Amino acid sequence: MLDLTYDAPAPKVIPGATGDWELVIGMEVHAQVRSNAKLFSGASTEFGAEPNSHVSFMDAAMPGMLPVINEFCVEQAVRTGLGLRAEINLKSAFDRKNYFYPDLPKGYQTSQLYHPLVGEGEVLVDMGPGLARRVRIERIHVEEDAGKSIHDMDPAMSFVDLNRTGVALMEIVSRPDIRGPEEAAAYIAKLRQIMRYLGTCEGNMQSGNLRADVNVSVCRPGDYERYQDSQDFAHLGTRCEIKNMNSMRFIQQAIEYEARRQIGILEDGGKVTQETRLYNPDKGETRSMRGKEEAHDYRYFPCPDLLPLEIEQGWVDAIRDSLPELPDAKKARFVTDYGVTEYDAGVLTAEVENAAFFEAVAEGRDGKQAANWVINELFGRLNKEGLGIGESPVSAAQLGGVLDLIAEDAISGKIAKELFEILWEEGGDPAEIVEARGMKQVTDTAAIEAAVDEIIAANPAQVEKAKENPKLVGWFVGQVMKATGGKANPKAVNQIVAQKLGQ
Amino acid sequence: MSELTDLTIAEARDALARGDVTSAELTEASLGAIEGAGALNVFIRPTPERAMEQARAADARRAAGDAPAMCGIPVGVKDLFCTRGVESQAASFILDGFRPEYESTVTQNLWDAGAVMLGKLNMDEFAMGSSNETSTYGDAVNPWRRTGDNTPLTPGGSSGGSAAAVAARLCAGATGTDTGGSIRQPAAFTGTVGLKPTYGRCSRWGIVAFASSLDQAGPMTRSVRDAAIMLGAMAGHDSKDSTSADIPVPDFEAMLTGDIRGKKIGVPREYRMEGMPAEIETLWHKGAEMLRDAGAEIVDISLPHTKYALPAYYVIAPAEASSNLARYDGVRYGHRATLAQGDGITEMYEKTRAEGFGKEVQRRVMIGTYVLSAGFYDAYYNKARKVRTLIKRDFEQAFAAGVDAILTPATPSPAFALGEMSEADPVQMYLNDVFTVPTNLAGLPGISVPAGLDSGGLPLGLQLIGHPWEEGDLLNTAHALESAAGFVSKPEKWW
Repeated sequence: MLDLTYDAPAPKVIPGATGDWELVIGMEVHAQVRSNAKLFSGASTEFGAEPNSHVSFMDAAMPGMLPVINEFCVEQAVRTGLGLRAEINLKSAFDRKNYFYPDLPKGYQTSQLYHPLVGEGEVLVDMGPGLARRVRIERIHVEEDAGKSIHDMDPAMSFVDLNRTGVALMEIVSRPDIRGPEEAAAYIAKLRQIMRYLGTCEGNMQSGNLRADVNVSVCRPGDYERYQDSQDFAHLGTRCEIKNMNSMRFIQQAIEYEARRQIGILEDGGKVTQETRLYNPDKGETRSMRGKEEAHDYRYFPCPDLLPLEIEQGWVDAIRDSLPELPDAKKARFVTDYGVTEYDAGVLTAEVENAAFFEAVAEGRDGKQAANWVINELFGRLNKEGLGIGESPVSAAQLGGVLDLIAEDAISGKIAKELFEILWEEGGDPAEIVEARGMKQVTDTAAIEAAVDEIIAANPAQVEKAKENPKLVGWFVGQVMKATGGKANPKAVNQIVAQKLGQ
Repeated sequence: MSELTDLTIAEARDALARGDVTSAELTEASLGAIEGAGALNVFIRPTPERAMEQARAADARRAAGDAPAMCGIPVGVKDLFCTRGVESQAASFILDGFRPEYESTVTQNLWDAGAVMLGKLNMDEFAMGSSNETSTYGDAVNPWRRTGDNTPLTPGGSSGGSAAAVAARLCAGATGTDTGGSIRQPAAFTGTVGLKPTYGRCSRWGIVAFASSLDQAGPMTRSVRDAAIMLGAMAGHDSKDSTSADIPVPDFEAMLTGDIRGKKIGVPREYRMEGMPAEIETLWHKGAEMLRDAGAEIVDISLPHTKYALPAYYVIAPAEASSNLARYDGVRYGHRATLAQGDGITEMYEKTRAEGFGKEVQRRVMIGTYVLSAGFYDAYYNKARKVRTLIKRDFEQAFAAGVDAILTPATPSPAFALGEMSEADPVQMYLNDVFTVPTNLAGLPGISVPAGLDSGGLPLGLQLIGHPWEEGDLLNTAHALESAAGFVSKPEKWW
């Protein structure tokens, strides 16, 4: 695999009254598996349907109903594991996590505590050109989602929507390798990017198919290195878990707040209590979720309704062989093959569809020029109009046509922008438009000479000044361009003007 | 019509085939018997209209030349099985009025095989009990009585209603389920045949779960042949149950040759319990002799971890039950407690479950919750799983040494009086399962065959345990034992 080399970024440091503090963050990301059917029932996973319209007898935990594993969901989790360069466990098993809540009809969540499907892996989190954090993945386990409790529809009653009940999730558990709020957001963004490349998770945070529990602690400079040497978590300080975050912005704010809260406690001589907390975005604060007396004992035990999940190496290999090129490799290849900067390669590969569009444009053309046009003109315009690449009015073939016309000296860069505008608004074939609308640049020297002569003749005072100030050549060039409707080849105009003015 | 209700499944089938009788006649006879057996409290929900409809359909089917194995045979269904449109409550108040919109795979298989549903049968609540005294419908009563004594006796449990119904000739066969002996113990108490198949032989889909890794449905009948016929109709792979085995179902009845010459029958010394009545010990010896006389070789074997089976079972089964029964929370179906002003979700759970579950169920849910809780998991649940592995290994070693089947008593006593154990330590009641529980822990098939009467005139059963998936062979050995024992007694009708 093509890989760029990166340096590790510096951890976030918060200066306190008693010295500097560093942040240590580990995350559990719940990613909804992209699949039409739920993990243990055949019910649909469609988002936004009428409440309780996608609920099987199994999802509603009717008496005597039994789970049957959805093989495609397993395949998706394996694919994700392979995309995160992780170990795949050929034998895994499901466990029950027991607790009571109305949106959990069975009274337990079927998950994988003791034997997860996916073991150790790694994610490279880009933090700027030449900088990236390697975040180790501890495990990925497959589990089912709960339903949704609705408490604000009626003053006296609560409602439950079971459409989401039983939808497959991958819980991606990281090591405490994330060292700042920006890294945390970038980590989720990278996971999202990889899973979207793999087609294993839509990664839409608004609709809840990517959520994170964030573990935060603070330690002194040097402690993290002591942890790395000894693997003793004690060096990292006591952590708090901020549950159920589904916005990158809130994740950063919550980490920042939580770190400062912990530093405040420690600097006052107190001790941080290990607990679960919730972030309130309105107040910008985290608060303790539950008291000790209500601490859950989930009574995990192997689910007796499901046999251990055994998969074959051949099946895993076939999935591995079908993996698409992933972001890191694609980015490195763009730098090497198209000569684009690492930054531009990062922009171009952010979404797999964008990268494909770029490649279609750059194929057989000047890569750098293609990158400039795709990023500045196309992405710029799409962003402005709030469109995705799939909705772009200008196709890769059309944009490629524009670049070809530039390369042939048929149009200037300025005309090319006008042409792009026409393609955006009206569509059509670039070469035909240029031809039909007389946009082709004039490279006929005689015609340009005539135009230059005319301008020189009409502006004797300017000619005199130009003799004193060679910079005024530009003014003449501008006048000629104007007179030719911008179609004159700027290079030729420049040459002829300079020549005529005796420079 | 008493002769019709006396027919076994095989006899009724043959009579139907000859055209001597119709399913409608058989079904009417059974419905009549059920109507007159209120005192037994076994058919807690007869379904006469559905029965007659199915009977007529079976007769039409037969007339059209299509007569599958159970065509036109009326049977009873344990309340643990979900039956579409018919209340299925697992004999619990918490499922008050629950009418499923689906049919369990096992009962559907029976209807597909032409069987006729007479109604739902009493049982212990959620199959937790050995005397049918924990039912929300009240006690089921054993049709047998001690000679010269009118004390009402337990039919055993948890499939007490099924066993009593078959013994009382209300139906020729009934479905049961067996988690720790719930088919075999009541069969032994009522002089009937009860077979618990290999775990995975019958689908658990649509059967209210008690302990998922142990639960298994099976037939309760009056003859080994009937058990073979009915098992054939109930069994089969079901893609809706991940633990159901994709193994072909042979013609079990065709395997009943009665020839057991050269078979090696193991008699495990660890099943010789202290305090066991001499009559049971004697019957056990007699059973071994009968099998020897039929040409089998009797060998003493050792199943060294037997004594740990009951404690391990009473950790594993409640643990699974505590989780399986969490869904009965009053949110979606069944009973929901009336709440007081200001009550929240916790009060709803607490009140609903306190009102909905009986004492024994509550006890087991609490035990199960305890053994799975942080700090106790390894000491109880994990240790019990290890014991389970050892018990399974005991059987595997015996089988590897050439043993074809294992002969043990089915129960440590004959049927006892209803109420007799009400003040006793619950463990006394659990001891009823001492001979049957190891089979469930090992997932093996086991069958209880009536083999004689005790001095009080009550039936006693012997248990045969077979190799996994070899129910055919096991039934054949049971058939030989049944023939030799020649058990023909039946309860005298007093109800």
